[in-house]
This record gives sequence, C-alpha cells and structure tokens, in this order.
Amino acid sequence: MYKLILCWRYLRTRWIALASVVSVTLGVATMIVVNSVMAGFSHEMQSRIHGVLSDLVFESHSLGGFPDARWHMEEILRTSGDDVLGMTATVAVPAMLNFQVRGQWVTRQVMFIGIDKKTHAQVGDFGRYLQHSLNREQLSFDLREGGYDTHDSQSDDPTPKRPAMEDAGWPHRRKRVERERIWREKLEAVDAAEHPTDKPIDTVFSATNNSANAEIEPLVPPVFENGDATDNALPSNETPATNDPFLVARPQEGRTMDPSQEQFVGIVPGIGLASYRDVSGVDRFLILPGDDVKVTFPTAGTPPKAVSDTFTIVDFYESKMSEYDSNFVFVPIESLQRMRGMIEPQTGIASVNAIQIKLKPGVNPEQVRDRLRRIFPAELYSVSTWRDKQGPLLAAVDMEMAVLNILLFMIIAVAGFGILAIFYMIVVEKTRDIGILKSLGASASGVAGIFLGYGLALGLVGAGAGLAIGLAITWNINSIRVGVEWLTGQRVFDPSIYYFFKIPTIVNPFTVSWIIFGAVVIAVGSSVLPAIRAARLHPVEALRHD
Amino acid sequence: MHVAGTGIDAPMMSVHGVRKSYRSGAGSLDVLCGVDLRLERGEFIAIKGQSGSGKSTLLHLMGLLDAPDSGEVRLAGERIDTLSSSRRDRLRNTSIGMVFQSYHLLPELSAMENVLAPLLVRYGVLDWIRFRSQARSRACELLERFGLGARMHHTPRQLSGGEMQRVAIARALVGRPQVLLADEPTGNLDSVSGAGILDTLGRLNREDGLSIVMVTHDDAIAARSDRIVRLVSGLVEDIGEPNDAVIVAA
Repeated sequence: MYKLILCWRYLRTRWIALASVVSVTLGVATMIVVNSVMAGFSHEMQSRIHGVLSDLVFESHSLGGFPDARWHMEEILRTSGDDVLGMTATVAVPAMLNFQVRGQWVTRQVMFIGIDKKTHAQVGDFGRYLQHSLNREQLSFDLREGGYDTHDSQSDDPTPKRPAMEDAGWPHRRKRVERERIWREKLEAVDAAEHPTDKPIDTVFSATNNSANAEIEPLVPPVFENGDATDNALPSNETPATNDPFLVARPQEGRTMDPSQEQFVGIVPGIGLASYRDVSGVDRFLILPGDDVKVTFPTAGTPPKAVSDTFTIVDFYESKMSEYDSNFVFVPIESLQRMRGMIEPQTGIASVNAIQIKLKPGVNPEQVRDRLRRIFPAELYSVSTWRDKQGPLLAAVDMEMAVLNILLFMIIAVAGFGILAIFYMIVVEKTRDIGILKSLGASASGVAGIFLGYGLALGLVGAGAGLAIGLAITWNINSIRVGVEWLTGQRVFDPSIYYFFKIPTIVNPFTVSWIIFGAVVIAVGSSVLPAIRAARLHPVEALRHD
Repeated sequence: MHVAGTGIDAPMMSVHGVRKSYRSGAGSLDVLCGVDLRLERGEFIAIKGQSGSGKSTLLHLMGLLDAPDSGEVRLAGERIDTLSSSRRDRLRNTSIGMVFQSYHLLPELSAMENVLAPLLVRYGVLDWIRFRSQARSRACELLERFGLGARMHHTPRQLSGGEMQRVAIARALVGRPQVLLADEPTGNLDSVSGAGILDTLGRLNREDGLSIVMVTHDDAIAARSDRIVRLVSGLVEDIGEPNDAVIVAA
C-alpha cells in the first residue's frame, strides 16, 4: 500500500518529473497525429485507386485483345462465380488526343478506354467521378442539355469555382456553332470583297490592312466568356468548304451533319486533360462538354495502323488522382471496337483486351487471382489485383509510414532517456527516505516497486495527455490548418497538389493502442535501472546520506 | 561468558560475541570486537560511549539494519541475524521499533501518515482496506497520547524537533513492537524537548512494560535508564555500573 501512496505523492510533488512526462506526451501526440493523417491519405489514395480500378483485372498481353468476352466471363464465373459481384469488358489502347485552343492544336498522350456504359458502374466508382448528376446515376454518352456541375461535387465547398461549366453541353455547343457561323460569314464577306474570284481563305486570323479597305474592321477570333477560348476553327492549311469540322459529310446517312443539333460519338476525358486552376482558385477549361476533339489510336490489325476520328466531349471524369485524370479518356466500347476493327466480320463477335471483375465484400482478391491464374495460361493472359497494378506506389506509401513511425518512436525513446536521468536523480535525492523505508521493514523489491510504479504512472499520465492532445489535434486538424494559414499567410495544404480539399484523417484504435503501450513500456523500462539502484541501497548507508 | 536462555525465561533480546568491522582504505576498521549484551523483558538499558565507540553500529545490528561479521543476535531466544532477508524485513516491521537521532520522517507524508508508515508497509491494498480504520485509530491514539492531536495533518516541515521525535516514537510503536531501539533520541533536541522525550520513554517502559535500548553519549541521559552499559571502541571499559553489565570482549 505504501508503494501506491508514495507513487502518487511523488507524482504530485516532483515537478521535475513532469519534464519527462511532457516529452512522452509530445511523442505520443505527434505519433497519433502523423499516423492518423498518413492513414487518411493512404486510405483516400487507395479508395481512389480502387474506385478507378476494379478488384481484379483480367487482360490480354496483346493490344488486339481476345475474342468472345462472354465466353471468358462464363469461364471466370465457372471457377469463381461465388466470389464475383460483377464484370465488365473494356478495350484500352494508347492514343493521342488532339484539340484546338485559340487556333493552336494541343496534343496529349492518353489511354483510350472503351467501356460498356451498362455494366461499367458495377465494377468501380466510375459514375461517382462524373460532372453531371444524371451521368452519375447512369452514364450516357449523349451530350446533356446543360446541368453540369459548376463546382467540385466531391468538395464540401458549394461555391462555384467552375463558372465555365454553366453553359457546358448543348448550350455551349450551339453557342459556339452560332459564333463560328457568324465569324465565317464575316470572313466570307471580307474574302468576297477582297477576292471576288472566290479564292480559298488561307489564314485563320487575318486582319485587313489593305488601305483600300481601311474602313473594314479587322477580324478577331471569337472569344468566350471567362477567357475560355475554344476555337475549332480551321487549321491554316485547310479550306473551310472541305474541312469545316461541323460540315463533315455523314456517309451513313448521306447528309451533312448539323453540329448544333447533332454530335459525334461521345467521349469522357479526364478533367486534367482539359482544365487548369488559376491563382484565384477558379478552374479554367481549354475544352468543354459540347466541344469536338480528334483522337488518333492504333487499329487491332497486324501491324497496327494509326486511325483518327472525331468525338464530342459529353462529360469530364475527375477521380482526384492526377495519374488517371490526366491520362484516361473513355468512349463506348462498341465504337472503339468498330473503329479498331475488333469485330469479326463473319460472326460479329467483338474482341476485348480486358475484363474488370468486382468481387463480393470479404472475398480475398489474391485467392481469386491465383485461382484464375491456374485456369488461364500466363503466356496469353494476365490476372492482377488492383494492388498488383499499383504495387510500387502502395509499397512506397507503406514504406514511408513505417520509416516515419520508427523515427517518431525515437522521440519517445529519447523521452525514456530523460526519464532514466530524472529517476536516477530522484533516487539519489530519496536515498535517506529509502533507508527509512527499509528500517520500517520495506523489502528491496518493494522499494524498487515504488520507482517502477512511478515510471508506470508517469508513462500513463504522459501517454494519456498525449492521447488527448493527439486526438484533439487530429479531429480539428482542418480548423488548425486554417488558423495556421491565417497566422502565417502561407498555404499549408494546397488542394490542387493533393486533390483533397480537407486533410483526411483516420484514427485507428489499434495503432493508437500500440503507441500508448509502447510509450508506457519505454517509461517503465527507463525506470528499471534507478529502481534496481534504490533496491540495492544499504539501509545504514542510506540513513546516513545527507 | 553468559549463555543466552531460551523459552519463556529467555531475555527479550541478546547479543553474543558479535564482531563487526568495516573496510577503510587498504585495511579494515574493527568497530565491535566481540560484544555480549542481554536485554531482559521490560528492561530499559542505556548503551553509553563516545563518538566512534560502536554503539550505533551495535544498535543497527540489533535492529537488523546490518549483519554482524560473526556472533549471534537473538530476539526472544530465537536467532534472527541469519534469517532470510524477507523474514528480517518482517521482523523489523512487526517486532522491532527504531527511533533515530535525526527523526527520519518521510517529508512528503503528514504526521499521521508517517505514524501509519509501518502499517502501510505491512499491509497490501486489500488488507489495508480491511484494517484501515483500526490502523488509523491506533495512530490517532498514539499521537494524542504524545500531545500531537492537533498536528496530525502537518508535514514534518511544519513540526518542531521535539514534535518530530514524538512522531517518530509513535511510528516506532504503532506496530506494537516487542522492543524499542533508540539511537541518540535527544541528540538534536534542546534540553527541554529532550527531557520530554526521555519522560516519554520512561513512561513507555514503566506503564507499558516496553523493553528499550537507548544509545547515548550523555551520562545524565543514561542515568534515566535501569542499567547502563559502557562501550569503548568496541571493547568494554567499565563493567557493572550500576548493576551487572554484560558486555564482554571476545
């Protein structure tokens, strides 16, 4: 009983020991905050990766793909049907995306992915990342009559930061067509005045500096509101009559397409391909839903040939992962199969080069992967989990977390040395008291127990305070961030870099328990040597100590 | 050489042929050179000697705070110097009370808690819950008896020297020991306080029949005892004053 009383009394009266408590507190709080933030980041990243990729990807090594997706799906169901929740076929090829901005052709390297709009939502969170609410419910490759989000739907901030999306869709398309029609008419009028013999126009932006026509206003390209200038006007070496993208003949229907009423095959590019954020935090768009783009991609033949076609943007895809948002472009799988020549003419069976598989909750993806690998030969097919696909990235994050934890634990270990030094000092200070206790019949182990108990008490108090502070910081980290940014005037957390609008945190009770346990063990361990010294003191010598 | 008795007529405490030396530089210092001592039940003896004569060392050996190099220490006829450390700890807690010149109170505890200290050492948590009220009653009784009823909750820093020594005596008695060992109990006190302490010891011996061994270098203080034993540099210089002294050098 005396051990408890003396531990408690020393805890209350020995303020110097609180110095070691503070170091334990800071170490525990830091570890909790860092682990929670890292867990939040890791979880967000994994869920975004997992949202883009399905649980398993079954794919061919060849760009030409494999025929009869249905047969392959039946085989997959035959071996693992109990574990499969949904499947969808895809065709993915590298491609070049081309579009015009202010008369300049912009070319981007992309991954061109054909998806089945009916089944693709079964295997991932694709729908969640689209910018039109109706498309989020059910994807359509038809252009919408407005209604696109003017703010980031995945952010809590409803303030519109995408004003250009207000008219996206058919309104934008029709407006653009009308502007170009007006501009074309002006151009033709100038051309007719200057060249009555009906020569083709050879410049896109031509100001009339002819002194004979000085009163005619110089022509300027159409400029849209908010500076989003998209100009699908003709390239310099093309004539309007034959290369007007909006007057392309439709051989199937034998008539000229009216772009204000009709669209090309719909396409959904990643938002990173089409936009940028300015310094004021507003997203600016190079192209919008309703604009037309060209995509160049290889056919499925041997050797593959490059083909190009025009598509109409119907929505944007935003997963917050720059790797996907700046690379992926989605198109109806049937269109891509047709354009690439992946449909067998005699049978009509189309080839695909990947099957995405969604597993039921609780199913181990590695087990299903291994089972499928045994069925389908590795020379022809590749079966990977989503973790396998992103293995290096996830492994790097795990390594970072492990190294951080080791480094942070060393903070607590340093605190342990502080406890050791302070306890040693207290034992020296309490030498006579130890002699008194021994003269009253206290055993050596009992005296040691006082200091071990004191170390345990310090560890518990320090870890408890660290837990409270760590949780308080973690749960209010975004408010703290705002405060720090206001105080310092510096941006602490840039959403445009991390694609998060808030710092994500996840408090894992298991991790927190380990941190506290470790801190207490270090505190108790640090008090062992001083406790042994106290136990070994000779009572007579101790009583004589000043 | 007297042989210690056993059984009911055994002395309260006895020491036979005890030797003790300490290392000192290259050689050793012989503090006790074969000492015999008997303390009868209910007897109050004073061990007198100058500084360095070994009287405190003898008391420490009797109180089991140290072990003799040779010889025997017996309590109620039973040899106690060769017991295991846990049994020696237990004896110090239950059968032997000690009072020191410097009081040796625990500074973080109040007077009441200091008096309770031997019982706090004796009882674990569960036993303490069971015997707590009895222990507090005993401590209060002792403090009241020594005129410290109003100072129970004061810490040693708030007590005078005499009051601290009375708290120390109360602490030594709370466990109802068989023998009280007092090492220069008035050494740090003024004459008035010291006289008060001696009166207290005398009453404990006369009224409670407590066996007491008191170490002192003062003749006047030693004269308050029933019997005086003189110790000089570990050897007996004077024998039989005023009665039969039983310290014999081996």
